[in-house]
Amino acid sequence: MEEPWDITLRIVSHPRYLAIVRAAVESFGLKVGLSEDEAAKVTLAVDEAMANVIRHGYHGETGHPIWLKMTPTQHNGKPALKMVVEDECRGVDATCIKPKPRDPNRPGGLGVAIIKEVMDEMEYETRTDGSGISLSMLKYVTPAKTAGKE
Amino acid sequence: MARTSALATQRTPLPDGMVVSISGEIDFSRSPALRSELIAVLGDKPARLVIDLAGVPYMDSSGVATLVETLRTQRDAARKLVICGMQPKVRGIFEIARLNTVFIIVGDLEAARQA
Repeated sequence: MEEPWDITLRIVSHPRYLAIVRAAVESFGLKVGLSEDEAAKVTLAVDEAMANVIRHGYHGETGHPIWLKMTPTQHNGKPALKMVVEDECRGVDATCIKPKPRDPNRPGGLGVAIIKEVMDEMEYETRTDGSGISLSMLKYVTPAKTAGKE
Repeated sequence: MARTSALATQRTPLPDGMVVSISGEIDFSRSPALRSELIAVLGDKPARLVIDLAGVPYMDSSGVATLVETLRTQRDAARKLVICGMQPKVRGIFEIARLNTVFIIVGDLEAARQA
């Protein structure tokens, strides 16, 4: 029996690592059956999540840890891709992280709105040990798109 | 060709403005360089500013925010901003953010000169 796919990446907070994370997420998304378009959108959402951690959680400071865990799963009886971004940001209230109202005249604040738009489910929580924030994101992989893979 | 933090930009004058052609992925690490370039171009008050994204395979929300800021500056001064050459992933973020109807977006440079 084949071992299930289960990948955890750890980077330190620096924008230079985001391109590498994007390449890994897009590759993994395609591997578990997302279409090219969906894989690109999921990649964008994860990129936004990681950038938000660096920019807002760590206030642009480099050298702090960020984890990304990617796991194929079943949710409500349907195949899905679960992605969890965790950090050690202090002083951030997970319940206060919400998408900002869309305003085409004001730049910025799009990141969480993009994650919410792209993912089927998302939830910010305080990590169980209280050491930071955990963002869980779920994207369904439709059966038609899993057909023919490998 | 000006290179700033691996983002390449090239300016080409138009009779009524300027084309800024951009090459490279625009993300959190590179959007400050893009913003600096566009602020410099806006200083010349181009009646028509064309931003050619044909060489941009990826853009995140920080890049989009930079373009929104540029659009606002141009509109406030009754000047025009036209975007052309969008690749699929870049068009995707504009659609997700529902900004594809806020900007004037055309296919290529020739259409941008006429838009």
